[in-house]
Amino acid sequence: MKKIGIVRFLGTNCDRDIWQAVEMVGLKPEWLWYENQFQVNDYSALVVPGGFSYGDYLRCGALAAKAPVMKSVGEAAVKGVPVLGICNGFQILCESKMLPGVLVRNEKRKFIDRWVELKPEAKTKWGADKPMRLPIAHGEGRFYAETDELKRLWDQDQVWLTYKENPNGALDDIAGVSNAGKNVCGLMPHPERAVAEWMGGSDGRVILENLLRI
Amino acid sequence: MKIGVKILPKNEVLDTQGRAVEGTLRAHKREVSQCRVGKYVQLDIGETDEAKALTKAKEITEFVLYNPLIETFELEVVRK
Repeated sequence: MKKIGIVRFLGTNCDRDIWQAVEMVGLKPEWLWYENQFQVNDYSALVVPGGFSYGDYLRCGALAAKAPVMKSVGEAAVKGVPVLGICNGFQILCESKMLPGVLVRNEKRKFIDRWVELKPEAKTKWGADKPMRLPIAHGEGRFYAETDELKRLWDQDQVWLTYKENPNGALDDIAGVSNAGKNVCGLMPHPERAVAEWMGGSDGRVILENLLRI
Repeated sequence: MKIGVKILPKNEVLDTQGRAVEGTLRAHKREVSQCRVGKYVQLDIGETDEAKALTKAKEITEFVLYNPLIETFELEVVRK
């Protein structure tokens, strides 16, 4: 069985959560340290978890995007390996240009931490074909792209998830996007924090269970 | 030679920090029509030639210091 690689930077803090969620659906996770490159073929999928890599210095995800491990993540992305970026992981994938757009400060300037309803807008390798309820926890989660880029994202089915009620001012209510190949996806909500009923919901499981079919 | 990099959020991008400062200024009767908050980065570049130093600083800025989607930048030679 191929492994699910979980990338860790200094300041990543959702790594244990995604590790346990991956184990829960019966897959084998493995850590990938930010200072090292890795053999792309050893992994069936990669996750860049949330947190505050490099303390959010300069811009969220900007410094992490230049770490050696991201070179390998980029190679994997080109080869079609599914890559998921959650929260800070989404910011890192945008800053490394594997995903379009950028995440900026929430419209109302506050860190927000609550459950949101999400609507799937397009099919990707990370699935989710039904509406989901997932938790968010971010200060800079407002998706931004220029007008013509936004239009291109809609036209090419790269808008993956939208919020039913926009919590942060994200343009077009966007909560998650994918690359043109649909294998690299990023979302601000945390699927790994909603994989059992005792957590308040288990809708996030769908995204991870999708990996069983890869 | 020291090069200063001034980075500002683009005009069309909502600048939440600038808005917050505007709000405080207004609350203290020091109203301005607009305030934008950016970053200032100073690079000490091992070059004595000004043109070369500026070229290096531009490359560094485009590599990681600014994000062209949301920011603009200007370079200046730091004289003192």
